[in-house]
Amino acid sequence: MVSTIPITPVKLTAKDFKSDQEVRWCPGCGDYAILAAVQGFMPELGIPRENIVFVSGIGCSSRFPYYMNTYGMHSIHGRAPAIATGLSVSRPDLSVWVVTGDGDALSIGGNHLIHALRRNVNLKILLFNNRIYGLTKGQYSPTSELGKITKSTPAGSADSPFNPLSLALGAEATFVARTIDSDRKHLQSVLRAAAEHEGSAFVEIYQNCNIFNDGAFELIKDSTTREDHLIRLEQGQPITFGAQQQFSVTHPAGSFGLKVQEGGEALVHDATVDDPAYAFALSRLSGSDLGTTPIGVFRNVQRPSYDELITKQLVDAKAQADGTPEQMLDGLLNKADTWTIL
Amino acid sequence: MSAGAKRVEQLDRVVIRFAGDSGDGMQLTGDRFTSETAQLGNDISTLPNFPAEIRAPAGTLPGVSSFQVHFADYDILTPGDAPNVLVAMNPAALKANVADLPSGADIIVNTDEFTKRNLAKVGYAVSPLEDGSLADFAVHPVALTSMTVGALAELGVAKKDGERAKNMFALGLLSWMYSRPFESTLRFLETKFAKRPDLVAANKAAFQAGWNFGETTESFTVRYEVKPARMKPGTYRNITGNQALALGLVAASVRSKLPLFLGAYPITPASDILHELSKHKKFGITTVQAEDEIAAIGAAVGASYGGALGVTTTSGPGVALKGETISLAIALELPLVIVDVQRAGPSTGMPTKTEQADLNMALFGRHGEAPLAVIAPKSPSDCFHAAIEAARIALKYRTPVILLSDNYVANGSEPWLLPSADELPDISVEFTTEPNGEDGRFLPYLRDPETLARPWAIPGTAGLEHRIGGLEKADKTGDISYDPANHEFMVRTRAQRIEAIEVPDIEVEDADESARVLVLGWGSTYGPIGAACRALRQRGLPIAQAHLRHLAPLPANLGEVLAAYDKVVIPEMNLGQLAHVIRAKFLVDAVPFNQVSGLPFTAATLENMLEDVVKNG
Ligand SMILES: Cc1ncc(C[n+]2csc(CCOP(=O)(O)OP(=O)(O)O)c2C)c(N)n1
Ligand code: SF4
Ligand SMILES: [Mg+2]
Repeated sequence: MVSTIPITPVKLTAKDFKSDQEVRWCPGCGDYAILAAVQGFMPELGIPRENIVFVSGIGCSSRFPYYMNTYGMHSIHGRAPAIATGLSVSRPDLSVWVVTGDGDALSIGGNHLIHALRRNVNLKILLFNNRIYGLTKGQYSPTSELGKITKSTPAGSADSPFNPLSLALGAEATFVARTIDSDRKHLQSVLRAAAEHEGSAFVEIYQNCNIFNDGAFELIKDSTTREDHLIRLEQGQPITFGAQQQFSVTHPAGSFGLKVQEGGEALVHDATVDDPAYAFALSRLSGSDLGTTPIGVFRNVQRPSYDELITKQLVDAKAQADGTPEQMLDGLLNKADTWTIL
Repeated sequence: MSAGAKRVEQLDRVVIRFAGDSGDGMQLTGDRFTSETAQLGNDISTLPNFPAEIRAPAGTLPGVSSFQVHFADYDILTPGDAPNVLVAMNPAALKANVADLPSGADIIVNTDEFTKRNLAKVGYAVSPLEDGSLADFAVHPVALTSMTVGALAELGVAKKDGERAKNMFALGLLSWMYSRPFESTLRFLETKFAKRPDLVAANKAAFQAGWNFGETTESFTVRYEVKPARMKPGTYRNITGNQALALGLVAASVRSKLPLFLGAYPITPASDILHELSKHKKFGITTVQAEDEIAAIGAAVGASYGGALGVTTTSGPGVALKGETISLAIALELPLVIVDVQRAGPSTGMPTKTEQADLNMALFGRHGEAPLAVIAPKSPSDCFHAAIEAARIALKYRTPVILLSDNYVANGSEPWLLPSADELPDISVEFTTEPNGEDGRFLPYLRDPETLARPWAIPGTAGLEHRIGGLEKADKTGDISYDPANHEFMVRTRAQRIEAIEVPDIEVEDADESARVLVLGWGSTYGPIGAACRALRQRGLPIAQAHLRHLAPLPANLGEVLAAYDKVVIPEMNLGQLAHVIRAKFLVDAVPFNQVSGLPFTAATLENMLEDVVKNG
């Protein structure tokens, strides 16, 4: 599928993507790092600013579009994927990005998210997962760990969290990846792969909320613990990690899932495996405790996008056009048993 | 098929109701009869009545489906209060409908279905055909099924297919009785069963057998004729409200030169609009069947933002879900048409029955001060023009518009004088392509001084990149603002811009200007109110009628019109929602008259009520 989005010969810079609005996140919030990474990456796309649209829901993360000097809509809680679907389908010339939070995408907007993914709408969906409700000041979210103590759960939360990647894969998303706010290089590499993907690209970004859930991802960020817990997925490379690469991800015979073990024959990562079961098994390696957390591109397969299929139907139908719109309208109105009174 | 040598009587109007099991094809039979009647040039009004269940158990009362057609040699306004003729395909159909018949009405029954078992199913201990309970009526027993099967025997048609053609036998008989031209029906059968020549032959033969039966049997001694009505010259078709609404949206797309984008989630009685529009991709129309009503309107807002004519169609429960997104569209000041085909509520209520009880929700059902425009069609064909008007307002004033149809107009039908596309209003608007502020800045909330509409600058327009959202916006710049004075200004401006929408004055029908009583209606009650007013005037009782198409903003002359009468009566299929608004806004002691049975008003009900008001004040 050839891209329908125009390319500009003008070289843009990160500065071109900064809007004149004052950024209002708490000092130290992980959202700043993501914003800078995105602004830094955007020029690479070569897409004119006016053909880029950021659509968000509600939450701290969803303030994002105000800070991008592109077109943008800060919409309502959870509905960004639905709004972006209408925009993307009707405007194949736009590069449409959705910015959402863990509450926005997985709680109130869960339905829209899974349906956008199953349809494979040509959207790049960035989920800022801080495992907390930031904007409403610190209630637990659908990604908070079981037993999470927050203002609304003084005795600990009693509901099990979603694994956002497992959920996206369950919806058969064609592109699924995870990255971390503080690792700019990795974040940008994932954005690059997402942008190149035709269809829905779902990117979970672990994001630190230093006010209400500080250090949530410390285990995989801190240089003293990181190596033993973070699994970097690289296309075509054996999945190993650890300070000495002593751990491997293997597929024990007769097992449905994958396993982490010392030594052993490491699986070679292939995100293009068509069966979502493989990426799903990868996604199951990480639980709330982050003990073994893969980052990178889990799944990257081709399937016609919703936009492409709908556009094709329109193009085919329009090829049947047999007159001016007004003539066709007259034809349509008269297409019935009619009678004439003189 | 030649005319028989029977006595021919002239009638000025007839109401026929076809009733049978939902599997008996009564809607199709009614449709065909209507089409034949249209060909003849009678004025027509029809009303289907089908069960909510797709296939209720055969032969039971909940499974009865009916179709009523009223035709006349003058212009009529309603499908008729009471049928002159009932076609009852089984005991359930008889039982469900007999109470609506005036004495003397003709009843044609399919005696083959009057078996012990079928009678028992609906609680008849003795056959009503034999116990004298139908003495007030002219009963015509016809062995419809067996005669159909018999007529088809030589064609080698399977018994099951033969039985299924019995509705065509009934249609043939009725077509004979009322001297209808049948060519359109034969053509229709050829198209419908194009892939099954055996069924074309069977259905044609069944039709012919029914016609011949009428001609030869002694059970029918009279044939009737209803002369063509005097109607405006032009080309007509028969159309339902939902069809007309869908075509109106197509026309709005053509006349605005904008691609139409429909986001919808299936719901009775609005789904047919989605079905119809999904067929017209040739016009550049995109339809998305969304995962729910919230997504449906969200997608429409997204499309509007991108420069399409965004539309969402639903019924009351769906509008409730869309409320938050409608508020967003009000804040974003983007064009959007929301179609609510009302049905009886609350909750799931009675999905196939009519009501006008969503007016409050349309006018007030959102958080914050969230004004928008509301308009309502008055008849099936008026849905076409109302849809164009809704789109005109939405585009010109950059606002959501709620179009309040209801089940009665949506599924009812009437002849429609076809407009010519070129004569429809040009509702095109311009996108903004140049900066409108100083130093080449773009100000997304700098308004047109006349319409108070903000610029519509769509993504893809270089130099006008901007962000919009649900947070309160500063005047002109659209930046986020918590400034108290700014919020006060913006809230008042949003209200003012809806009030400033230009809508036509309301017209009053007051034949000799001697009326002291005004009856004010809105939406689908136009037909029965109009018929009642005519009947009163014919009896020498003066009455004035005015009908609201625009419910927000209200016509500028409405206050003056109301003040000119001693008494204002407002009939509604709700508990007085418009009456409330009128009383509050104009301090007029308007009298509500309400019916919430799920059925439209009959003209007789309104005539009686209005007669009392006119005579006794
Ligand atoms: C309909 C509705 N319900 C509730 C809210 C309140 N609300 C705003 S943001 C939010 C949760 C945000 O959490 P998340 O999506 O994780 O975003 P974060 O602030 O953490 O980035 C809630 C409950 C709202 N704005 N709208
Ligand atoms: S509350 Fe948390 S997520 Fe929100 S801005 Fe502050 S640090 Fe960031
Ligand atoms: Mg969050």
